[in-house]
Amino acid sequence: MADTPKPDELSKVDHTPPLFKGWMDTPVEIKPGIYCYGSKPKDLKYVDFPNPRDWSPVDDDWKLPENWEEIVHEGFKDRLDRFRSVKLFMDICVRCGACADKCHFFIGSGDPKNMPVLRAELIRSVYRKKFTTGGKLLGRFAGARELDEDVLKEWWYYLYQCTECRRCSLFCPYGIDTAEITIFGRELTNLLGLNTDWVAAPVANCYRTGNHLGIQPHAYKDMLEFFTDEIEDITGLRMDPDYNRKGAEILFITPSGDVFADPGTFTCMGYLMLFYYLKSLGLDITWSTYASEGGNFGFFTSHEMAKRLNAKMYAEAERLGVKWILGGECGHMWRVINQYMDTFNGPPDFLEEPVSPITGTKFENAKATKMTHIIEFTADLIRNNKLKLEPSRNDNLKVTFHDSCNPARGMGILEEPRYVIKNVCNNFYEMPPSTIREQTFCCGGGAGLNAGEDMELRMRGGLPRANAVKYVHEKYGVNMLACICAIDRAVFPDLMQYWVPEVEVTGVHEMVANALVFDGEKERTTNLRGEPLPGMEDEEDV
Amino acid sequence: MLMSLENLLSDKRSKIIKKWRDVIVETYPGDTQRFLRKEKDQFANPVGYVIAKEIETLYDELIKEGGIDKISACLDNIIRVRAVQDFRPSSAIGFVLQLKMVIREELGDKAPMNGLSGEFRALEDRIDNVALLAFDIYSKCRQEIYEIRVKEVKNHLGKLLKQANLTIEIPEEKPDL
Repeated sequence: MADTPKPDELSKVDHTPPLFKGWMDTPVEIKPGIYCYGSKPKDLKYVDFPNPRDWSPVDDDWKLPENWEEIVHEGFKDRLDRFRSVKLFMDICVRCGACADKCHFFIGSGDPKNMPVLRAELIRSVYRKKFTTGGKLLGRFAGARELDEDVLKEWWYYLYQCTECRRCSLFCPYGIDTAEITIFGRELTNLLGLNTDWVAAPVANCYRTGNHLGIQPHAYKDMLEFFTDEIEDITGLRMDPDYNRKGAEILFITPSGDVFADPGTFTCMGYLMLFYYLKSLGLDITWSTYASEGGNFGFFTSHEMAKRLNAKMYAEAERLGVKWILGGECGHMWRVINQYMDTFNGPPDFLEEPVSPITGTKFENAKATKMTHIIEFTADLIRNNKLKLEPSRNDNLKVTFHDSCNPARGMGILEEPRYVIKNVCNNFYEMPPSTIREQTFCCGGGAGLNAGEDMELRMRGGLPRANAVKYVHEKYGVNMLACICAIDRAVFPDLMQYWVPEVEVTGVHEMVANALVFDGEKERTTNLRGEPLPGMEDEEDV
Repeated sequence: MLMSLENLLSDKRSKIIKKWRDVIVETYPGDTQRFLRKEKDQFANPVGYVIAKEIETLYDELIKEGGIDKISACLDNIIRVRAVQDFRPSSAIGFVLQLKMVIREELGDKAPMNGLSGEFRALEDRIDNVALLAFDIYSKCRQEIYEIRVKEVKNHLGKLLKQANLTIEIPEEKPDL
């Protein structure tokens, strides 16, 4: 039962309205370094998104459709009917301000319109005017305002300063999920062709070719072969994977960032090595050059687009005839899988409940989707003593762990990565409790904000996270930031370079592979990055 | 006996620092100021914490003619944040010069008189020099942002071209032809 406040505590309640004066009269100014470039027409055309044209957020004329107000109104109305959560979140907020100072963008920027409550209020004010009697009659007195082009620009500017990380929702007494408000708001902007290049291009590429960068199947295979060569140099063992193999028991899908961008590439080598290690223990797994993207930038445009892009996972699983799907280290990929995939494209009746072929463990949490996170899979292997590990190979590292927002808050993956890390390296230090686990601070680049042109925004948004990393760096000498998300791996190196340049970034499976001891391997002298292993600094082979 | 300026400034330390902090906090919008002042936790409010902590050290170093390394480190911690926030360059580093105003206000007419005018001028010169240092640090932070952007683009494109075998590296040794 909740504690009942005592009379003297009750008398201390501050009855002054916490928020906000004058925000409606502060016009939006779209600033370089904060906004992402506008989407290109070819990318919108390819996926039949509306209003494809060249446009720039800093132009006065956004080249909106003539009836844009009507489109927004109808879109708003339609979504209020379809999504009960949206209707509820529009109505129930009492502007208590509990979320106000919990957003990394507000903390880092000091811009009040980045307080989640005020960011939502930008939309809620229009909702009141259009859809509530009080708002229609009382206007500004009821916190209502008309939608005009300036308001629309304000929406756009701030909707693309939210990473949908959901930290604010943790503190809301009503459980309002501001990420859903952002998702909903972005859907409305998409109806007018107002998307960003960094989101729209990956969506089109993913839809056509299968991954964000438009890497074709042969290039995908080339990259994995290149990793296999590297691994052979380090271990003396040839660890060729299988591609698109029909009849395999398990399909592996990972974000393409792991295949094409450092330091994710080392994590990808980690997967390859783990799978090879397990082959003799009964692992029967294949990669796919078609389902070559775990991430889903469609999720940052509309539910429908997210569904279209997500569909390839089950389609490829069915084509290959696998029993279940194993997924790589990723963030929003897992929010889509865990919370949407079954509704979007399920039920996958042709698949079976995931069971580890090595340990026999049933992943009951994946009963509906038939897709398991690799960190759970690996934690289970270690728990059952199936891996021979030499954690001292990672003794040059003092590691801290960043809980990636979506796996942590979205699906409760909190213990598994820590368990794995503690088994593969000897020096692990937690960041302060208010910055990890459910309360983790976002990297500042999720939800399609990890473009280059919005670098100041990323540095602001990542400040609370970097601040906690800096603390453990100064206190314990931490030099490695581990994470289980491909966007983290893309975003953090830049963030660290600005705030804590002494700290590097790794995926957990890179450290697993460094520690993994193979039968018949040559003496390991370097880690996957080609750096000397501890104690091997003088070896010729290094 | 006359007090030295350093002693006078030490006496007024907490008042001057509070006012100086207020001057910096007031460069943020109203709703943000309340948060920056109220929340004391260094992880919940890193910006407010850094301002409060670093200006104390900065003040102490300034009045006793402290080392440039320590002063630079304090400035870097504050300016690194302001360099990525919504400030014009002048507003991002203006707080250093505003210390002169805060000190004058706090000491009233006492400072230039009582035989302290020489010391007072020297202090103001030191503050001017720290303002120049702040300018260097601000420029360095902005430069770092640009370098990060360039590096990101180069890594991204260069690696992809190489991986797709669309480029070929110049070998370390020139081949014999």
